[in-house]
Amino acid sequence: MTVTTFIPAKSTAVKNYLTAGFGIRSWLLTTDHKRIGLMFFGSVTFFFFIGGAAATLIRLDLLDPAGRLVQPDMYNRLFTMHGVVMVWFFLIPSIPTTLGNFFLPLMIGAKDLAFPRLNLLSWYLFNASGILAVYFLLVGGVDTGWTFYTPLSSQYATGHVLPAAMAVFVNGFSSILTGLNFIVTTHRLRAPGMTWFRLPLFVWAIYATSLVMVLATPVLAMTLALMSMERFLGIGLFDPAIGGDPLLFQHLFWFYSHPAVYIMILPAMGVVSEVIACYARKPVFGYRGMAYALMSIAVIGFFVWGHHMFVTGMSLYSGVVFSFMSFIVAVPSAIKVFNWIATLHKGWITFDAPMLYALGFVGLFTTGGVTGLVVATLAADVHLHDTYFVIAHFHFIMVGGTVSAYFAGLHYWWPKITGRLYPEMWARLAAILTFTGFNFTFFPQFILGYLGMPRRYHAYPPEFQVWNVLSSAGASILAIAYILPLAYLGWSLLYGKRAGSNPWHATGLEWMTSSPPPEHNFVRTPVVTSAPYAYPDPETLADEPAGRRPQA
Amino acid sequence: MTETHAVVQHGPKHQYHLVDPSPWPLIGAFCAGTLAVGGVLYMHNYGSWLLIIGAIAVLAMMAAWWRDVIKEATFQHLHTPVVQIGLRYGMALFIASEVMFFAAFFWAFFNSSLFPVGGVWPPKGIHPFEAFELPFLNTMILLLSGTTVTWAHAALLEGERRTVLLALGLTILLGLSFTGVQAWEYSHAAFGFKDGIFPSTFFMATGFHGFHVIIGTTFLIVCWFRAYAGHFKPDHHFGFEAAAWYWHFVDVVWLFLFVCIYWWGGGTAPAIE
Repeated sequence: MTVTTFIPAKSTAVKNYLTAGFGIRSWLLTTDHKRIGLMFFGSVTFFFFIGGAAATLIRLDLLDPAGRLVQPDMYNRLFTMHGVVMVWFFLIPSIPTTLGNFFLPLMIGAKDLAFPRLNLLSWYLFNASGILAVYFLLVGGVDTGWTFYTPLSSQYATGHVLPAAMAVFVNGFSSILTGLNFIVTTHRLRAPGMTWFRLPLFVWAIYATSLVMVLATPVLAMTLALMSMERFLGIGLFDPAIGGDPLLFQHLFWFYSHPAVYIMILPAMGVVSEVIACYARKPVFGYRGMAYALMSIAVIGFFVWGHHMFVTGMSLYSGVVFSFMSFIVAVPSAIKVFNWIATLHKGWITFDAPMLYALGFVGLFTTGGVTGLVVATLAADVHLHDTYFVIAHFHFIMVGGTVSAYFAGLHYWWPKITGRLYPEMWARLAAILTFTGFNFTFFPQFILGYLGMPRRYHAYPPEFQVWNVLSSAGASILAIAYILPLAYLGWSLLYGKRAGSNPWHATGLEWMTSSPPPEHNFVRTPVVTSAPYAYPDPETLADEPAGRRPQA
Repeated sequence: MTETHAVVQHGPKHQYHLVDPSPWPLIGAFCAGTLAVGGVLYMHNYGSWLLIIGAIAVLAMMAAWWRDVIKEATFQHLHTPVVQIGLRYGMALFIASEVMFFAAFFWAFFNSSLFPVGGVWPPKGIHPFEAFELPFLNTMILLLSGTTVTWAHAALLEGERRTVLLALGLTILLGLSFTGVQAWEYSHAAFGFKDGIFPSTFFMATGFHGFHVIIGTTFLIVCWFRAYAGHFKPDHHFGFEAAAWYWHFVDVVWLFLFVCIYWWGGGTAPAIE
């Protein structure tokens, strides 16, 4: 990127965002998007391990066909807790509120988000709702599954359905405020010369995600409010006894919850585009196509929700339409995968830790996406619906996809966030363990599902045990792979080498400022004069560019 | 990085509003959390005391937060034109988000009325309101209030404060009468709150709209006092415009409610004698 910018001559004279203030008030009342991003990082990490603990108990229970570890009712509460916490308190906020919060203003050359106080409010609402949710999930639990289907949730469930719904409702405001803030920021706070088609793809991805957050979340909020009214007051729209329709709940729920999958995966796609371009030393292939693909996934994603409901008794004709739309949304997704591969073609590829995570993402996302087409096929779905095939499919997208990309971005930007380099070999080990452990955990579930093992059962016929044991063994590798970064990233805070302002020799405005960035990001507002990813053409270079990686 | 060269710029100081730290996000979320826990306790029959405390706390926090914003905008002149455009985008997106709240209610209504379980809509035994009686009066009231708020805006652009106060005052009175008529209508409904699917969709959709009318009226009342205090300038009055936008949004939603739920959903032929 040809950027005309002011490089602070004495960067030590400028306080960075971490040293700008040390008191408790300077954190709790901060309006700095970077500090709020870090605080979100703390929160989502906490919820990630809560959700992970529930997953661990689930996998331990399934080691044994009789499921003797927990009672059936307890098992229901565990998978509900796993789902609620992971979806609303980890996956949806993960990349947007941490990396998005930290890097969106930096990447467009802004000093902060458009509404910094709303950003802080968003963090507080997130924590308030998270504490409420986790408390009620622990003290009494909810046994409906994260989908809160009626009439189970409105009439029969015995757990704390109302508090959990209330928590998700409040969490929705956090999500809407974050999305609103990002959209206004992208529209209004771009640096001079930063036109729409000079935006890094990560910014496009966050922008597309924010549109979904603002427009889909309110529908979920109202759906849960109506469900709560029905449970609490006995009036409602979902009870057939009074002329209501239980399918209406599923329509409304999936109208949010399918686009919510795109809230999870679009930012991941943005991260992967940045990382692959950097470690292949090439501009992203088909940049405009990539930006349009992000936007079209966000838009088409609003019209595919019915593929969750093929076997519910919904009209067959609408099933055909939803199946068709689901195939259509695969087209921009495939464009993205092909363009990542084309970006790698003839690049100077190095397998640094973020790149390993990103390449893992491409493979796992493709597997998850293609199996998504299998379950989007009407006839195949009759067999596969509510089996482990579906579980495996969406974990490939959400865990294999989003979590891999989250770690890719976390490593890629770690030197910028903290000013320290992490130990590269440990990071590569964690990336490889993630990929290996993930496949061992979830690939057997495709087979289990195809053989007919239904989801949400705490016991199963003994012939399925070998695949379940394999899956639980893989999960233990995955657990190590997730705990490992906590150790070495924490270590790097104290003992890591100091990173320069641009340790990877990457392009992008975020690398033009010091590490960690100063309080208002740039000493002078940068001026952008060309397109992103202006890496030198590898074919014109005789040798690998020198100084690729910071040397010891 | 092929060509990165340092250029020292001596441009104007940036035009963004880098806000000062504020206690309201922290206090606001605490109040919202209290309200949520209060709601949970209420629904589990522990009484409504925490719900009431939470609601008052949220309202007080909102007043305090917006008081700070008004101070910054009106007296410290921190809302530069760039900042005002950002606020416009923010308000527009907030309204877009609100539209999607209503989308859920309309979806529920059409799902129930286009494919009624008993085969007919309105369901047997339900006597809906005659659309062209009170509901039509309410439509006229809201449309008229839309014109008076536009009148107030035009007067504001001309800097005629007395006319602004008159027109805005009329808008507020019309808004209050709408709420009054709606309350009267609710209390004279021929069907109860729990009488099946028709009352469920009817009361949820119109009640949620009525709640928004009350919010919009409050917003206009705040604007009336701000106009009285002389806060609004012909070239700087986004607070008023935001209230007007919100009012028009409430107005348009009502038109859809009237046509779909009262008129078409009431099942009576359009009868204007």
